[in-house]
Amino acid sequence: MTAVEDAPATTAPEREVGKARRRKEDARLITGRTTWTDNMVLPGMLHLAVVRSPVAHAKITNVDVSAAREAPGVVAVLTGRDLADEQGSIPCAWPVTPDMVNPGHPSVAVDEVNHVGEAVAIVVGRSRTAAVDALELVDVDYEPLPVVLDMEQALAEQPDLCHDHLQSNQSFRFVFDAGEAGTGQDTEQAFAEADVVVSRRFVQQRLIPAFMEPRAVVVQPQGDNYTMWSSTQVPHILRLMLAMITGIPEHKLRVVAPDVGGGFGGKLQVTPEEVLSLLVARRLGKPVKWVETRSESLMSAHHGRDQIQYIDIAADREGNVKGLRCRILSDMGAYLRLVSPGVPVLGAFMYVGIYKFPAYRFDCQGVFTNKTPTDAYRGAGRPEATFAIERIMDELAVELGMDPLELRRKNWIKAEEFPFTTAAGLEYDSGDYDTATQQALQLLGYDELREEQRRRRESGDPVQLGIGFSTFTEMCGLAPSRVLGSLSYGAGGWEHASIRMLPTGKVEVVTGSTPHGQGHETAWSQLVADELGVPFEDVEVLHGDTSVSPRGLDTYGSRSLVVGGAAVVNAAQKVIAKARKVAAHLLEASEDDLDFTGGSFSVRGTPGTGVSIQEIALATFAAHNFPEGVEPSIDADATFDPVNFSFPHGTHICAMEVDTETGFVKIRKYACVDDVGTIVNPLIVEGQVHGGLAQGIAQALYEEAVYDDDGNLTTGTFVDYLVPSAADLPHFDTGNTVHAAPGNPIGAKGVGEAGCIASTPAVVNAALDAVRHLGVSDIRMPLTPERVWRAVHLGGDGGDRAPDRTNAQAVDSAQAASIAQGGDL
Amino acid sequence: MSQISVRVDGVDYVDEVEPRTLLVHYLREQLGKVGTVVGCDTSNCGACTVHLDGEAVKSCTVLAVQADGAEVTTIEGVGRDGALHPVQKAFHEMHGLQCGFCTPGMIMASIDLLADNADPSEDEVREGIEGNLCRCTGYQNIVRAVQAAAAEMGTAEMGTGAQA
Repeated sequence: MTAVEDAPATTAPEREVGKARRRKEDARLITGRTTWTDNMVLPGMLHLAVVRSPVAHAKITNVDVSAAREAPGVVAVLTGRDLADEQGSIPCAWPVTPDMVNPGHPSVAVDEVNHVGEAVAIVVGRSRTAAVDALELVDVDYEPLPVVLDMEQALAEQPDLCHDHLQSNQSFRFVFDAGEAGTGQDTEQAFAEADVVVSRRFVQQRLIPAFMEPRAVVVQPQGDNYTMWSSTQVPHILRLMLAMITGIPEHKLRVVAPDVGGGFGGKLQVTPEEVLSLLVARRLGKPVKWVETRSESLMSAHHGRDQIQYIDIAADREGNVKGLRCRILSDMGAYLRLVSPGVPVLGAFMYVGIYKFPAYRFDCQGVFTNKTPTDAYRGAGRPEATFAIERIMDELAVELGMDPLELRRKNWIKAEEFPFTTAAGLEYDSGDYDTATQQALQLLGYDELREEQRRRRESGDPVQLGIGFSTFTEMCGLAPSRVLGSLSYGAGGWEHASIRMLPTGKVEVVTGSTPHGQGHETAWSQLVADELGVPFEDVEVLHGDTSVSPRGLDTYGSRSLVVGGAAVVNAAQKVIAKARKVAAHLLEASEDDLDFTGGSFSVRGTPGTGVSIQEIALATFAAHNFPEGVEPSIDADATFDPVNFSFPHGTHICAMEVDTETGFVKIRKYACVDDVGTIVNPLIVEGQVHGGLAQGIAQALYEEAVYDDDGNLTTGTFVDYLVPSAADLPHFDTGNTVHAAPGNPIGAKGVGEAGCIASTPAVVNAALDAVRHLGVSDIRMPLTPERVWRAVHLGGDGGDRAPDRTNAQAVDSAQAASIAQGGDL
Repeated sequence: MSQISVRVDGVDYVDEVEPRTLLVHYLREQLGKVGTVVGCDTSNCGACTVHLDGEAVKSCTVLAVQADGAEVTTIEGVGRDGALHPVQKAFHEMHGLQCGFCTPGMIMASIDLLADNADPSEDEVREGIEGNLCRCTGYQNIVRAVQAAAAEMGTAEMGTGAQA
């Protein structure tokens, strides 16, 4: 990576923005002085443990808690029946269509369980061990119901039902048709007239966010006030939703996200356990704590991805793309959680990628199955879209006999064509795909590797080499409130910031964007130091507590810097405007005659005069000598709501060795050049890219949530769910191009999800490039040695790891053909 | 209940523990050493790594009674005289952490690795810390941090050697 060693040439050295500042957050994290939720101990605190369903679908006919209630150290045992009148439903904030079916989501099951791991009862103990010991004393009788696990089967004629009280297993059908929307041509006509049509079925396996800190909640009741500490990405959203669910007035609820150990979308949720902790604390009038085990986390915290994608691409013989048609099945699991239905919709407008498709149609069905609900996982919708388009571009290149990069280059938006409105109706703001690609090719050492590939191919080397591309873009900075409203999202997308100028000249910055590892405290300090001209060390960033930071929409969707950082910059500008009035008074000059540079106001043309903004802060505190009619405060708030998303882009190239004798795949080299707009802190940007790459590569090679045919999660521990270790991942060669985003005052585009969105198809394309000459045209993710070996030696895509019809994967060929041809999933 | 005597981060303790109590729970719940965290229940993630008589162990796999008579060092005890351990410092300098949850265990494992191999290659670092999972960093900056710490500790030792 060059960005760490070399400061971007465009940035003056004295500016904080662009500096590889070491993080302020680290001091407490590297010394074990952190405030994880599980570290909290309150006087008289009780501990919750959750009885969970061992069956995927059943009527609850009886729950006997008498033995558990008598167990030593047990204070109470509560069932769904006990809490039925007060628990409401876990909210779904994104009804993507007016007729979307939401079965309702009790925090603890009352009459019926719909997935393994669903809460059935809560044991409250004086210690955690007392509560856990009593779990097995709760005796639940289940009357089994048919288990629905396969999406295609779930939508077939007269299927078993995931929820008995619903008419079907479909939650919604969301269609975007560019012809109908007026953003493109008629798709059917484009396909009818095309020289070449390539159709593929891709499977996005089910993944688990697997944040390192297990979820934890502490609730303290104080009279009719409640404080909740939770390991959450979204304290503001959580507070609002808890108020709506429980009827506890919003102003009587305070939610605190202390240090949070990763989220990746997995803690963008209102969880059953948060609701239950609050209800139990209210009922017992005592502080309570719930901390999950890892196996509980893998089983009951929401999952991600899990889509079947039918992708058709149309082109002429010369390789000009003419149309794209996407039919998607998206597994919601058993219930709709906070933004479950919105995940595929976040991808709906990105399947066209960076290419100039004249026609585009997206047709997605949300499907219920008796599995853990799915929801946001790093990238949420956009990795799926990027995978589909970048995989099908390779398939089209093969069909046309073209170089995959030449095909991409022929069709991508040229640098001089920005801003460009795609067939999906989004206006891409800026970028230069060609330059990023050239740089990435150099980083990789492309020509040498192609030469080595040729040599290995010719000599029949058992270890073949392949090179795979992903030239991607994503919509980031989840924000524009009006756009989110037009997509029926239940909230806006603005972000809020406050700046408080303390009497000693130190600065408190309050951000509504709640971090969980991203480094807001450091990056926001850099922004404020530049804007106000104060030392980096003089800035403290506060966040994550609704009583400290009352307004905010939190951290997800690569939005923090792009929206939240922009709010901070705007608040700083307001502070300067207020301070200018005070400075004019103190310097006995007109406001118009004042310059503000390096943190000081001075009278233009009068050297030696000057008052710093930090001195003005003290003068404002004293308020002895203040301009007439001006309130004695230079603090300021700002709320930023951009008009458009931002569109980071990049070129990712993977070189992959495939051992055709063992099926073992090994990334030989991985190079990427990302354009995330203006870089505030190159160290943090690089770290975000690395982490995203690791997760995207893990989808391609390692991770998969597998269910057996009874609906049991068989990957419910870290023994079975393969989060990669250092030894499983390669060194990454990363670089940047910088095209400032026009839509926010920083020029940032967002970086949190980039690596995760881009990398997966590059890895799979590379593996296929290595073995395509052996007749392999697809290998199902993750590319385990077994699957790769089978694909090479037995044909097909490597097959299932799970039994038939359990993992949204197995489908008989007649049904697949009928679905592919019928067009109507 | 069983009585144990254990020295943790330089302080002697005599405590009653249930025989089934895990060392990590003893550290966190009885001693308030919450710098050491629990990340899984199968000894895969390594977030709970501490040193038991100088060797890295996953403290979720050790019973508290097994630490009877032993010396335990946690992340809270690796610094000396208010200064950071070179590995702690290197994690900060090289941006070897993001959310920081795996960091205490990762640092303890890295210190142990460097005790066995003072100058590890990139591959040796990757193999050496493969028992510790990180979900944020992609490991590259952790590897960089361990190698930077190795360089600094090597230099410091040479410095000491020269003086002696």
